[in-house]
Amino acid sequence: MGLDLLTYILFATVMAGTPLIIAGLGELVTEKAGVLNLGCEGMMSVGAVAAFAVAYSTHNYFLAVIAGLGSGMVMSLLFAVAALTLMASQVACGLALSIFGVGLAAFIGKPLESMSLVAGKPVPIPLLSRIPILGPAFFQQQALVYFSWALLAAVAWFLYRSKPGLVLRAVGEAPVSAHAIGYRVVRIRYLAVMFGGAMAGVAGAFMVLFYTPLWVEGMIAGRGWISIALVVFSTWRPVRVLVGAYLFGGCMIAQMFVQASGVQLNIPAQFLSALPYLATILVLVLISHNRSSIRLNSPASLGQPFLPDV
Amino acid sequence: MWLKFEQRTEPSPLMSYLSPAFAVGLMLLSGMALFFVLGRSPIAGFRIFFLNPVKDLYGVSELLLKATPLMLCAVGLSVGFRANVWNIGAEGQFLMGALAAGGVALHFPNSTSPFLLPGMVLAGALGGMAWAAIPAWLRTRFNANEILTSLMLVYVAQLAVSWLVHGPWKDPEGFNFPQTQMFQAKALLPVLVEGSRVNAALFIAIAALAIGWVFMNRSFLGYQMKVAGQAENAGRYAGFSSKRTIWMGMLVGGALAGIAGMSEVAGPVGQITEHISPGYGFAAMIVAFVGRLTPIGIFFSSLLLALLYVGGEQVQQYLGLPSAISNVFQGMLLFFLLASDVFINFRLRRMARRQ
Amino acid sequence: MTEPTVQTPRLTIKGMRKVYPSVIANDGVDLTVMPGEIHAVVGENGAGKSTLMKAIYGVIRPDAGEIRWEGEHVNITSPGHARELGIGMVFQHFSLFETLTVVQNVALALPGKFDLGALAKRITEVSERYGLPIDPRRLVHALSVGERQRVEIIRCLLQSPRLLILDEPTSVLTPQAVRKLFETLRQLAAEGCSILYISHKLDEIQELCHTATILRAGRVTGTCTPSEETPKTLARMMIGEDLPVIHHGEPAEGGEVRLRIEALAQPTDDPFGVSLKNINLEVRSGEIVGIAGVSGNGQQELLKAISGEEITHDRRSVQVCGVPAGRLNPARRRSLGMCFVPEERLGRGAVPRLSLTENILLTAYRKGMLVSGMIRFGAARRFAEECIKRFDVKCGGPASEAKSLSGGNLQKFIVGREIMQEPKLLVLAQPTWGVDVGAASFIRRSLLDLRNSGTAVLVISEELDELFEICDRLVVIAKGTLSPTKVTSQTGVEEIGIWMSGMWPDSAVAGDKNHVA
Repeated sequence: MGLDLLTYILFATVMAGTPLIIAGLGELVTEKAGVLNLGCEGMMSVGAVAAFAVAYSTHNYFLAVIAGLGSGMVMSLLFAVAALTLMASQVACGLALSIFGVGLAAFIGKPLESMSLVAGKPVPIPLLSRIPILGPAFFQQQALVYFSWALLAAVAWFLYRSKPGLVLRAVGEAPVSAHAIGYRVVRIRYLAVMFGGAMAGVAGAFMVLFYTPLWVEGMIAGRGWISIALVVFSTWRPVRVLVGAYLFGGCMIAQMFVQASGVQLNIPAQFLSALPYLATILVLVLISHNRSSIRLNSPASLGQPFLPDV
Repeated sequence: MWLKFEQRTEPSPLMSYLSPAFAVGLMLLSGMALFFVLGRSPIAGFRIFFLNPVKDLYGVSELLLKATPLMLCAVGLSVGFRANVWNIGAEGQFLMGALAAGGVALHFPNSTSPFLLPGMVLAGALGGMAWAAIPAWLRTRFNANEILTSLMLVYVAQLAVSWLVHGPWKDPEGFNFPQTQMFQAKALLPVLVEGSRVNAALFIAIAALAIGWVFMNRSFLGYQMKVAGQAENAGRYAGFSSKRTIWMGMLVGGALAGIAGMSEVAGPVGQITEHISPGYGFAAMIVAFVGRLTPIGIFFSSLLLALLYVGGEQVQQYLGLPSAISNVFQGMLLFFLLASDVFINFRLRRMARRQ
Repeated sequence: MTEPTVQTPRLTIKGMRKVYPSVIANDGVDLTVMPGEIHAVVGENGAGKSTLMKAIYGVIRPDAGEIRWEGEHVNITSPGHARELGIGMVFQHFSLFETLTVVQNVALALPGKFDLGALAKRITEVSERYGLPIDPRRLVHALSVGERQRVEIIRCLLQSPRLLILDEPTSVLTPQAVRKLFETLRQLAAEGCSILYISHKLDEIQELCHTATILRAGRVTGTCTPSEETPKTLARMMIGEDLPVIHHGEPAEGGEVRLRIEALAQPTDDPFGVSLKNINLEVRSGEIVGIAGVSGNGQQELLKAISGEEITHDRRSVQVCGVPAGRLNPARRRSLGMCFVPEERLGRGAVPRLSLTENILLTAYRKGMLVSGMIRFGAARRFAEECIKRFDVKCGGPASEAKSLSGGNLQKFIVGREIMQEPKLLVLAQPTWGVDVGAASFIRRSLLDLRNSGTAVLVISEELDELFEICDRLVVIAKGTLSPTKVTSQTGVEEIGIWMSGMWPDSAVAGDKNHVA
């Protein structure tokens, strides 16, 4: 009984952490280029609604994920035009995107709220899924879970082993210098923002297709914001995004732990639901306190507008 | 031929005023396009959304009623935003203020004291301030980003409300609905005009606007916060305490949001439920931006956003569209404002294409 | 004399014009550079030199004018294009990325494949060949300023440039390092590379350059052979009149100590910063003390410790007019009689978007501008008007925004604001950086007047000429420590130059493996 519970907990943690990994890595790439996009929540919401709508009408989950990806990217373009081309404050534009995206998703999704979807089928990996405890937990997961791991490897390789990744990091560090050398800072930032939007959209799609196969207004419930906090927590290093995502994921299913374990606690459900948010605050405090580490790892130009002098 | 943005030598004051007007215009046009895409007549949509709400005096009073909490929150937020203190958690501070004030009302269900209502206002302010003090402390002591911390606390506040109305504060005679008892008459804000729901909170809001103006434009502390917001290093050079700026920015925002929360539960709602705020804390941010962070601008933009709320309800009733359409309009408005603001500091120039 | 051969010029510019909203940066500029020639572009701050160079390097596009490269008409569309043609540029404010290594920084400027190992080898080869030692694996933020400049130069050299542009290269070097640089440049010129040398330092131009084009207010006012001119004639071409003469005068003797720094040790928590160790210094009333040093040796940290922007652990580390002030913030230190002028004008000394009147309030509010916490704007405006008049600040009045002023005028305003508060102690960092000659001379004269009226003045500067002109005593900062003091008249540029590398007698930082300069 205990071992089954452990498997179950690991499985649920991975599921809960996956959208955070995907959205978090997208935001990490955006921030590495020096752009702070606070609109994650809005992009995830719209991605989720789009994916749900496509899945409901075509029953093709792959297409649905693509729809999520595309709509997240389109939403991020709104931010990019306002913040990069029209040079408005990045913080304000990100907030605008969050508010608009959540509202738009609620509006579009109203007729979808009573619909239900069949949850996507997991894809077991042969051999690996036979390992006791760890097998069913990690290797009998949804395809997007494996995607999240592949994404981590790809982003890490891109940033630290490829020339375009080096260029992106240089742009985030000193856009004026990059411009003086001849790199198109605004174009590179557009691409980074669009990647972030695409990933946020995929994360939203994961939520509605595989995590809880339905759509309700507000179901993203702050995961977009937690993904942003995750990037800070990871001090802008990809591998730490994974660690943090699973930690938060664990907090999110704390309620499930308690129920599944059968332990009788007199804690109201809302207290357990508050856990991920409180954990986010705690983690931010712990990480931010080390100013030296932040200074060394955060992209130096993060959040500042770039005004090219042509 | 291609277009390029060229920086102006001085920001254009004309564009500072025109930009919100452009944004509103663009929002109206997009709104009409939206109605068209949804299969409704754009003209009818425009009429029902924007004109219906103000076609009679009662409609205007409803507008003022909805504008009041927006005004209160936005003034508080603008003090912080001008100083680069990003209080995103006004929604949570609103709820905590409502809980604090409501708690006082529920605790003295039979009191006839004239101090009950002022006490509730004070409790509302303190509740909001206490909730805002948390991100302030975390920022000054631990350098934790106040955007994320104040926002996380919004979710926590919502859960706190949910717990209380489902549990300890649930009305025993409420047929098991998640709500508290109705507040007694002495714990409700007096109505200003017979037949409407506009209450004394409007006075508090206008007073807040006036005091806010004096503070931001004439006081030295307001000046210090302005410097901190525009040039952090200059503030340090001058010896202005950045900690004081952060505390002031957060606490003022929290206090006013808390009073706004009190005004909702001690006003039109009359009790605490899970739906006391249709997102006032977030809409107030838009009010603050569209109002250019000035009290006069906030007065007008709060009326505008109140119109968006009421219009959304109208459209739901008469055109069968979800009331979440208000949020769509709000978001569009903010985006259009940010976009048209570019012309304050830049102008478009045509550049000849290079051979 | 051999018969002059007709050679194609490497670079010809005719009628270059670039207009910005507030100023005409280049107005019909002509320039010709021959192969193997070291050609100076001379002018004071604001003359248009940097704009011209950016146009040649493709960073900005001129509004009018023709560029010919080796006789052929070209349109230089981007820095990458310029590099392809064979033009390299070493920027005044380096375009390097601090958190990356030398190899990575160089790789970013080179096209094509990405082989860091092979690139590191090439870097070492070039650095040895031209006498610019550098370790390719080091992170740029750990390099001294002089080493960073070497990275910039090597980055250019790896592309075998036929024209190398250097924008004010010696402002960050010791006199000895300047000579080493000149050797490298002469070697390059002998190999056929043309060099465009931007500077306002007339003695260097005379020593190094074959020809000079002089710019003033965006126009060419003359070309000449520097070795045939005198500093006086060059200066007259550069600013249109004779260089103003400053009478140094004598410092007062035995004045009271206005600033005492005692055993100041300030470890830095900034990974890119410099820790201060055992700083001891006294500044008395009626004298000007100067702190010389190469950029990046702790000047910023020292200024912040003195001003109060960083508080010190022990309150007696910094004493202002006899009061232990180490733990007081800048506002409190001002009430003790200290004023200071920081090195950054916009964003620190003044708020760019606020009016001059509102900028007065930044530090001078104690002069009758506050009444129970509320601002008296009338008093502030009158103060601003007087400051503008007394310090000859050219602006659109007290209501104009700080960022609308030119560098020189804004600096005069800020210095004026501080002087008008009648401080007992005035501390300045880089007081004439980026300031035109007229304003610089005005500011220096004001400081001498201030000293003569009994104020104690401390100047931290990277311009040795300026320090020798106005200071009574000199001290050098290197790697966060101070050298012994020297009376100005008893030392010279050579000695101070050596000390700027950390090599004064009994120095703790001489022979430090991490180069100072």
